[in-house]
Amino acid sequence: MISRRDFLQAGVAASAIWGASGVGNWSRLAAQQKLSQDQLLDFDKTGNVTLIHITDIHGQLMPIYFREPQINLGVGADRGLPPHVTGADFLKLFNMKPGTPEAYALTYLDFAALAKTYGKMGGMAHAATVIKAIRADRPDALLLDGGDTWHGSYTVLKTEGQDMVNVMNALKPDAMTSHWEFTLGKDRVNEIVKSLAFPFLGANIFDSEWEEPAYPPYKMFDRGGSKIAVIGQAFPYLPIANPKWLFPGLSFGIRQDRMQAMVDEVKEKGADLVVLLSHNGFDVDRKMAAQVKGIDVILTGHTHDALPEPVMVGKTMLIASGSNGKFVTRLDLDVQDKQIKGFRHKLIPIFSDVIAPDPEVAALIEKQRAPYTKDLSEVLAHTGGTLYRRGNFNGTWDDLICNALIDQREADIAMSPGFRWGPSLIPGDAITREDLYNNTAMTYPQAYRSEMTGTQLKSIMEAVADNLFNPDPYYQQGGDMVRMGGMSYAIDVSQTAGKRISKMTLLKDGKAIEADKSYTVAGWASVNEGTKGPAIWDVVEDWFKQNPEVNLAPNKTVHVTGT
Amino acid sequence: MNLTRRDVMALGAGGAALAMLPLPAAAADQAALDAAIKKFTGGAATKDGGVKLTAPEIAENGNTVPIEVEAEGATEILVLAPNNPLPSAFTVSFGPLSGASSASTRIRLAGTQDLTAIAKMKDGSFAMAKRTVKVTIGGCGG
Repeated sequence: MISRRDFLQAGVAASAIWGASGVGNWSRLAAQQKLSQDQLLDFDKTGNVTLIHITDIHGQLMPIYFREPQINLGVGADRGLPPHVTGADFLKLFNMKPGTPEAYALTYLDFAALAKTYGKMGGMAHAATVIKAIRADRPDALLLDGGDTWHGSYTVLKTEGQDMVNVMNALKPDAMTSHWEFTLGKDRVNEIVKSLAFPFLGANIFDSEWEEPAYPPYKMFDRGGSKIAVIGQAFPYLPIANPKWLFPGLSFGIRQDRMQAMVDEVKEKGADLVVLLSHNGFDVDRKMAAQVKGIDVILTGHTHDALPEPVMVGKTMLIASGSNGKFVTRLDLDVQDKQIKGFRHKLIPIFSDVIAPDPEVAALIEKQRAPYTKDLSEVLAHTGGTLYRRGNFNGTWDDLICNALIDQREADIAMSPGFRWGPSLIPGDAITREDLYNNTAMTYPQAYRSEMTGTQLKSIMEAVADNLFNPDPYYQQGGDMVRMGGMSYAIDVSQTAGKRISKMTLLKDGKAIEADKSYTVAGWASVNEGTKGPAIWDVVEDWFKQNPEVNLAPNKTVHVTGT
Repeated sequence: MNLTRRDVMALGAGGAALAMLPLPAAAADQAALDAAIKKFTGGAATKDGGVKLTAPEIAENGNTVPIEVEAEGATEILVLAPNNPLPSAFTVSFGPLSGASSASTRIRLAGTQDLTAIAKMKDGSFAMAKRTVKVTIGGCGG
């Protein structure tokens, strides 16, 4: 038996001592040309409890490309810690080699070339094969969905989330939590929740008038002879980062005291293992793990990080399972005497060319998509470069959207929100309507056009920068920086609120942005009720008509310091 | 329990298109703040701890921010919003028949600021707690 003092505090190297973790030996397998489904699924069953985690699917039923970020800065206590390690540093930290399947799955390096070698990832029919295989090995495994499930595609938009609900129901999750779900509107969420065979958890969701819990905070499960409490935590800043008029009367927040109370309550009810199914974002979870006593495992979400090993915070294990269906995590635990005595962890990459789709779920997905096949497959343009979104300051998908906004809306400056969802395309790919919606589909898509002074622009940029780079993660919102088109600027991420942004320059004339001068600004996805304008996908579709071959110039408009 | 709540006027929020954009809060008027504290404490020193101030890290609506103060053994608690035009948000008094020395209400905040609670204890000492509440626009959630 291995005692708890053997937990490594350093975080990422826990495997050698008391458990096993990682991505397995994909490198060697790939070198041997033997990457196979059996090997991806290979797992030495451990202990008495299995957790299966999938999160932030964002409506992606089909396999996709998803380029991981090049720039993902951590600030304050999180500076330089995973997940704020990218590219070559990531490979070095986790002892991986460039050009391997794991380098392709987990970093941006050589993305376009490796994408051609290793193919698309994800797809819920492929994930279903993995989930079913794990259940065959451990029939009472718990499947936990971290939320951002009923959002992010053409078919989610057209069916108000029903396509994802139907497919997820086929996978039989044991619980879920939420974020973008609420942008379907509170009534629609409640209608779906009533139909679910599993609980929709959110310990931090309250009725804002009476401050009473609005959804169940946790559920207790008997598994492998242990009592397992799964506590849900929805995205804390929904009414700020998303339009609160879509879910009136609901309040969220981090509510750390409430979380401690829930942990204490489930322990009083005899929980042997406390699991937090979280949509806090990784850095918020890292802080919460240190502040709230008694959580054994946090299944993290929201910030879309994929880590091949758990991160330990004291005795709490943080798991990061990526996004867009790229990965499924299997975590086997040996739970004895209310303690984790050992574990085995694997971040299973869903290589869709290697893992066979589950026929039943594949047929169900086909059925959801069938009414829309013609609309989805229409080719709108082609891309000469990689189109991706992730990165703290910009991505080529948002460069494209900003260009379209400036051209179509005759604006000086464009703003595109720093979302983290939206799959990638590789050079030479057709851009279909499905691809466009994968990066824009939402219930508040209006592309506004308005006048803003230099002072107002700076205020917005400073506010968003503080939501990303406030050194206290409880004051962050887990999105990336607003993408600015038609403008360059410098940002010192080490500065305090209101002092990070400088050298704002209008690209059109090369002149400094003036505080009192008014500029025409186009943007989309405003959280304000009553925002007027065409849907962003219509703006971009019109732009494609003039720009059928998309070749974007490299974006060098953001000068970053203070890292 | 006698809860007096002063209505606090905030400057109108700037209506930028991206979101309701609070005007950058004016720097706290230190002299006014010091005067408000001195009026309450009579110039006595305050110690940290002994009073708990609960508020959201980021306000969902700066016009109505739920806050809660609690200080066992307090006879009176003053809550200050230093960056509001009138920094004294409210004072709550606890009589001998009060069950618990705690109160919750909602206050309006003109911008991001360090809310401050000062509790006057039965023995005449003072305890202080601070909590930063951010009033901001959306950060485009992931």
